Amino acid sequence: MVLTDTFHLALSAFRSNKMRSLLTLLGIIIGVMTIIAMQSLITGLRKSINEQVSSLGSSVFQVQKFPAINMGPHDHDKYRNRKDITYADALAVRERVTAAKAVGAEVWNWGAELRYKDRKTLPNIQLAGVTPEFLENNGLEIAEGRFITAEDVDLNVAVTVIGADVVDKLFPFEDPLGKDIKLMGRRFEVVGIFEKKGSAFGQSQDNRIAIPFFQFTRLYGKERSINITVQAATPALVETATEQTIGVMRTQRKVKPGIENDFEIYSNETITGFFDNITKYVRIVAIAIASISLLVAGVGIMNIMLVSVTERTREIGIRKSVGAKRSDILWQFLIEAIVLSELGGLIGIMLGLGIGKLVDALTPIPAAVPVWTVFLGLIFCSFVGLVFGVYPALKAARMDPITALRYE
Amino acid sequence: MLIKLEKIEKIYEIGTVQVPALRGINLNVEKNEYIAIMGPSGSGKSTLMNIIGCLDTPSSGDYLLNQHNVSTMDDDQLAEIRNREIGFVFQTFNLLPRASALHNVELPMIYNGTPAAGRRKMAEEALEKVGLADRMHHKPNELSGGQRQRVAIARALVNRPSIILADEPTGNLDSRTGDEIMEIFEGLHEQGNTIILVTHEEYIAEHSNRIIRLRDGMVERDESVH
Repeated sequence: MVLTDTFHLALSAFRSNKMRSLLTLLGIIIGVMTIIAMQSLITGLRKSINEQVSSLGSSVFQVQKFPAINMGPHDHDKYRNRKDITYADALAVRERVTAAKAVGAEVWNWGAELRYKDRKTLPNIQLAGVTPEFLENNGLEIAEGRFITAEDVDLNVAVTVIGADVVDKLFPFEDPLGKDIKLMGRRFEVVGIFEKKGSAFGQSQDNRIAIPFFQFTRLYGKERSINITVQAATPALVETATEQTIGVMRTQRKVKPGIENDFEIYSNETITGFFDNITKYVRIVAIAIASISLLVAGVGIMNIMLVSVTERTREIGIRKSVGAKRSDILWQFLIEAIVLSELGGLIGIMLGLGIGKLVDALTPIPAAVPVWTVFLGLIFCSFVGLVFGVYPALKAARMDPITALRYE
Repeated sequence: MLIKLEKIEKIYEIGTVQVPALRGINLNVEKNEYIAIMGPSGSGKSTLMNIIGCLDTPSSGDYLLNQHNVSTMDDDQLAEIRNREIGFVFQTFNLLPRASALHNVELPMIYNGTPAAGRRKMAEEALEKVGLADRMHHKPNELSGGQRQRVAIARALVNRPSIILADEPTGNLDSRTGDEIMEIFEGLHEQGNTIILVTHEEYIAEHSNRIIRLRDGMVERDESVH
């Protein structure tokens, strides 16, 4: 018997018992819906976090004093008492990490105030003292002008590159390039403007400016921990570069063997990894609930298939009398159970996608459905149909044609 | 020789009691015979019919159908034989209630792998042969009893079987419709088909060329008519 015939047969069986089939499918629908909706929200959330925290360029990691995510206040003293990371550390890393392509040093002040003529910004400008590697290692681009060069750093030239928010605030009607802005009473010539980046977690990433590293230390002193950004030579070398950097840093800071690092390695994966860690349990619970619901649904399908086999005893007899083999009957009912589950799966997927879209539209949480979940859902449904359809289908296949034909 | 039954016995076991239904049936049927099997209820005619129709196998004895030794076949081999060699016409029509006449007639061909297009064409021809060209897309409950039985006959014919096996084909029909059905059988016989009819009505049996009377699981009389 051809598969398409069996398939049509299964669909017609569904059509002739719409209500009953739908009720049976409720379990599958709910199970699949839960998985899809859950996955699409978690994935969407992860994706948006990923986009927002991609503060570093590709293949880049950063050495810093404090961890990016500090869980609980009890560890704060431990971090605070660490030695500051210094420019000398950065030089050591630059010199000795062979797997690195570019090593930058940067130091931050999160509350600078800028002036231009009679205008001034709020004291919330993110000021970075940088080396030329800053641009690429932070995944930034220049919209106009140029970035700070090695020469600027070496000769300690008073130049600055400013973000779009600063431009809006200080230069609403003028071209900022070539103008001097004032920071802590000193003049800095604007030589470039950063490409606009938008905001992350509601915080603008465009109210920042960069000045040469030693201009920063001259203004704010050297008593500040710096960040070292390391770009691996190739994506494949990120791990090697990380290991080398940790080694160099431990030597620099005289960390004894067996003692844990007194610095942190941060990369774009740090935050997504943290998110994955939290959502892992949400995923597990969702999958567990969905699995139980699919199990119950499977029993429901078995039940309805047994009813269907009994109801259609006569039909089975007729089919056998005109030449249907056991396997023909077996497949007919098996395919019917699978198609039934698949229909439930499809409805569940649609509803799950719908819920994702709805949450997407009504809340700031984005939704994204990984294609593999859809396929996995459908495969899982087939599996449920197959497992729970086997017994009824076997029962049908083994019927004696004479008894089946006489069945009233 | 189309059918050769030799010492066919069928014993049913009901609990520990053995009930013999057929007790040594010998029967030869040639191609293009038109046979009626008669007998009171309990005479074994249904059992014999099931065995001839390959729905059941004998407890002992040999059954040769068109050179196949059917008595030793398993379920799936029997299914294949039923598909190729036998066309059933039942008293209760036994059509699929939710399928159109056309689909009902296509049914045997679904199980021998006839491609969909050829299947449809052959089913249409079979329905035309029984005078139902205009009722092909009707479902059984939209057809009269006589029409339903014609669909069943078309289904029995469509695979060009060696035997058409009809079990009380007019039992559920009024006498006028019954006569019409019998005329169809006569036509089929004239076209060269072999027909075996089970009935308890004398006037139905008289349509045939040969009447076999059963009693207590044995052939009581085997006589030619006309």
